[in-house]
Order: sequence, then C-alpha cells, then structure tokens
Amino acid sequence: MILYVISVGLSVTMGLMGFINLAHGVFAMAGGFILSTAMARFGVPFPLALVAAFVLVSLGSIFLEKTLYSRLYARGELSQVLFCIGLILVSMAVARLIYGNLAAPVFLPDYLRGQVQVLGRDFPTYRVYLIFFSSIIILSLWIGVERTRWGAMVRAAVDNRGMAQSVGINTKRLFMITFALGSGLAGLGGALGADILPVQWGYPFEHLVYFLIVVAVGGLGSLRGPFVAALLIGIADTACKYWIPALGAFLVYAATIAILLWRPQGLFGVRT
Amino acid sequence: MSGYSADTRIRWTEWLPWVAAGAFFFLLPEYLSLGARILIFILFALSLDLILGYAGIITLGHSAFFGLGAYTAGIVSTQLAINEPFVQLAAAAAVAALLGVATGAVILRTRALTLLMLTLAITAILLEVANKATWLTGGADGLSGVKVDPILGFFRFDLYGKTAFLYCLIALFLGWWVVRRLIYSPFGAMLTGIRENTTRMHAIGAPVYWRLVLVYTISATIAGIAGALLTQTNQFVGLNVLGLEPSGDILVMLILGGVGRLYGAFIGPVVYLIAQDYLAKQYPEYWYFGIGTLLIAVVLFAPGGILGLMDKWLPFFKQKSSARASAR
Repeated sequence: MILYVISVGLSVTMGLMGFINLAHGVFAMAGGFILSTAMARFGVPFPLALVAAFVLVSLGSIFLEKTLYSRLYARGELSQVLFCIGLILVSMAVARLIYGNLAAPVFLPDYLRGQVQVLGRDFPTYRVYLIFFSSIIILSLWIGVERTRWGAMVRAAVDNRGMAQSVGINTKRLFMITFALGSGLAGLGGALGADILPVQWGYPFEHLVYFLIVVAVGGLGSLRGPFVAALLIGIADTACKYWIPALGAFLVYAATIAILLWRPQGLFGVRT
Repeated sequence: MSGYSADTRIRWTEWLPWVAAGAFFFLLPEYLSLGARILIFILFALSLDLILGYAGIITLGHSAFFGLGAYTAGIVSTQLAINEPFVQLAAAAAVAALLGVATGAVILRTRALTLLMLTLAITAILLEVANKATWLTGGADGLSGVKVDPILGFFRFDLYGKTAFLYCLIALFLGWWVVRRLIYSPFGAMLTGIRENTTRMHAIGAPVYWRLVLVYTISATIAGIAGALLTQTNQFVGLNVLGLEPSGDILVMLILGGVGRLYGAFIGPVVYLIAQDYLAKQYPEYWYFGIGTLLIAVVLFAPGGILGLMDKWLPFFKQKSSARASAR
C-alpha cells in the first residue's frame, strides 16, 4: 500500500505530465525525514507531522519545478533521466550529511501500535490504519481526476497542451500544481511508510526500481494502473520471498518483463 | 554530423589519447592499476556511446553485459579451469553477444520508458541470479580465485599492473578502432539517422529494427569484453558489476565527457575515476553532492559534456573538430 501511495504520486507526475521522474524517491525520502524530524525534535503529533510532510514536500517541489524541472519538459528522455540521477545523488549526499548513516527513527503514537482484531484475526493496528488511509487517498484522487474541473483540465492539458492553452487554461500553473500534488503524495507516502520501509540516505536509489516497476507495469497516465500494479508487485514479491526465498526478487523482475512485453504501454496505459 | 560526408582520416588530435596513455605508463608507474581501470571503463563507455550516442537507444541496463562478461571470464577460470586470457575474453564476448542479441531482439521493439524499464529489469535479474547462485558466482562474497595465465605465454600479470595496463590499452585500441570504423561507415550514418528521425528512416526503407539489434549486439559484445578485462586485471568479480548502479555510473561518465562524440567516452571516465579516486574515499558525501550537481549542470547548460564545452570555448579546437563532433 505504501508502494501505491508513493507511486501514485509518480503516476501523477510521470503519467499525467509525461516527465520521466526518476527522482521521485527523493520526495518520498524527504517526506519520511520531515516526519521523523518533526516528531522527534519538535514533538509534533503524528497526524500534524503527516500534514507537514505533505505540505513541505509540495512546497519544495514547487521550487524545484520552477527552477529546474520546467526547463526539461520539452527535452528528450535522456536529459530527464540524467537530470533525475543527478538530483538523486545530490539529495542522497545532503540526507547523509544531515542525518548520518542511520535510518530516521519513527515513533508511532500509542493508538497506532498494538494489534487490532479484524474478522477474528489479529493485525497490527498501523497496517490497518495504513490501508484505510491509503484507500481514502485513492478514492479522493480518483474523484479528483475523473469528476472535477481540475481533473478535466489536467487531462485536457496532457492530451493536447497547445489546445488546452488556447481555450484559456493556464497550463504552466496547472502543471506546477499537479507536480506539487504528485510530489506531496510521494512525501506523504514516504512519511506513512517510514515505519515499514526505513528512511535513510540510500532510500531514493534502493526503492527506485520498485517505484518504476509499479508505474511502468501499471501504465502511464492512469490512476487505476499503478494501484493494481502495486498490489500485484507487492503481493508477488512478498509471496515469492516467503515461499521460494531462493528466487528472491527474481520473479518480480521476470513478471515485469513479461507484462511489459505483453503490453508495452502497461496494464492500463493509454497507447500514445 | 558524424559519418559519411565527413573526412574520415584520423586527425592528429585523435592520437592524443594514445600519447597520453603512453606517457601515463612511463611517468606514473605507481598508478597503473587505476590506469587500467580507467582504460576498461573507457572501453565500456565507448560501447555505451555506440548505442546511446549514435543509435539513440536509452538504456539503464548496460551493466548487464559488462557484468555478464566479467562473470563469464571468472567462471571459465574457476569452473572450467581454462586460464588462457584470450579464451576467457572470447567466452565473455560470446556470452555477452548472445545475451545482447537475445534481449535486443525482444526489447528493441519497445521505446522510451518501457525500453528503459526492460533494460533495467534485465540487469536487475542478472544481479539477482549472481547474488543467489552462490555455487557458481560466489554470491555476495564475490568470485575469487580467478586465475589468468601469462599473455601469449610470456607476459605475466605482475604486481605493479604493467602487463594489465598494456593489455587493456591494446584491447581499448582495438575496440576504439572497431567503433570508429563503424560510426564512419554507412551503417553509422544509418544509426544517426535512426536516432534523429526514426519514422523517416522507416520511410526511406531502412531496416531500422535489424540495424538496432545489430548495433545493440555489437555494443553488448564490447561491454562484455570490458567486463572480462576487469575480471582479468583484478582476478576477482564482485556483485557491483551488475545492477542499476554501474549502469548509472557509466552513463554519468559518458554524459560528463560528451555523448555521441566518440572521444567523450575517453574524457568522461578519466575525469570521473580520477576525481573519485581522490575524493570518494575521504569525503563520500561531497563526492555524491559534487557529481550530482555537475550532472544537473551538464544536462541543463552543457548537453555536449566537457567536449561540447571545448567546442564552444576554443574556436581553434572547434575548427579542428567540428567535422568530427556530431551536432546534437
């Protein structure tokens, strides 16, 4: 589920905006660090820290978008990929300078610890909460993109930017907001998942492959795609590591290749 | 533009790298092992330049061939007990070529993000295999105990790395010669055409797909040889030859030097590896920070890399090299 929340943000930037944003993990890492810092240093309660992670990461990404990203929209994939690798390296160095080599500690509030009974079986409360919380995000995003004016504008701008601009949509500002939303979601995902995927300086590189797989398999430009893909990959990976540990992550990559060859545009992608 | 109409004779500036390598050998004997490493990565970068710079195939998985070559050379020695260096090289080249043609034939039908992901997934799979197949590859401990016989029965790999350096230099020279011939041939011109406008190449009847598969295989072969050289000079293979990181590193080196320029593949690894040797051990944070910033700067302001900047800033140099630099 965390994979999903993080990568749905990626789907927003990458899918909707057509920018190969490999640096997405950076925003997720930033979210995790903000959460940890806010709670450990300033004693901010957990929900507020989550909000802070979302807002701060969004603001940071607006700055980056204005200064750097917007120059690269029109450039080829290669420039975008390289730029992102550069950004990842810089962010890793900064994170390591500030936080050292250890993973950022996350202290969950008491009401999210312990076990909870669902259908007669025990589950860790936090995971249940995660699933519940992510479902709300998914629903609201889906409604946002499919049913609101903003969603319609984004979809119009992606399909035909020139046309969208000429009917009076400020595509520049729209893209900026969309980008901020995508990054903010990444930050939120990183913060939410900090307990399960420990946040440390190597984070953007380590999980990069997973985020990318989720988006590529799910298909660009759809919200449903990454959701299904994240579930598939998450379950397959866990099951595979549980039952046949000898194979490790092998099956996930093999499945990725198979799916991409079968449907190069991803499971729910729109053929461009 | 490279190829065809350009003057394909070797200009005097093109001898400079070889002169520099020779000077390095005599002047800095204590750095020869670093030198050999640089030569190997130049060869690797050259193979990447061939597909990325000329054919425009974007890949994050070129380390698959490099790593496969490295492991093949090592396994030929440890499992089959064949220690003849040329046999090891040939085996590595053959296996890498095989993987190149097999994966290339499948994945080159796709483009952009999908292609990127497929290349990444392939090298990730190889990494996973190398990690798990401990009996064959040594797993996370790496493959040690690789033995290499003296070259031609005479030249032993000595402690100071003299033989290794010259061996790599000769391999690089041959690799350079092959790549140079390729990009100045009609085949090279066709690759540039595919990079610039694929649809149009289809329209004039060029067998785009087969050309891409061919160049991908050639590039894989060269990368495999580079990997085998690394094994032979180190007599050890570690997991760090596979996966995303070496692919990213080599990409960064090539971009810093200048992509699609042939000699960008020479300058990038030299600058990158020397800087890494000095900085990375003492200040790893600053190293990442510096290389990341540099990469962003190059992408935003100097798409041609170091060589591109030289073209811009040295009018004299520009005069000499404008024919060779492929304008991107």
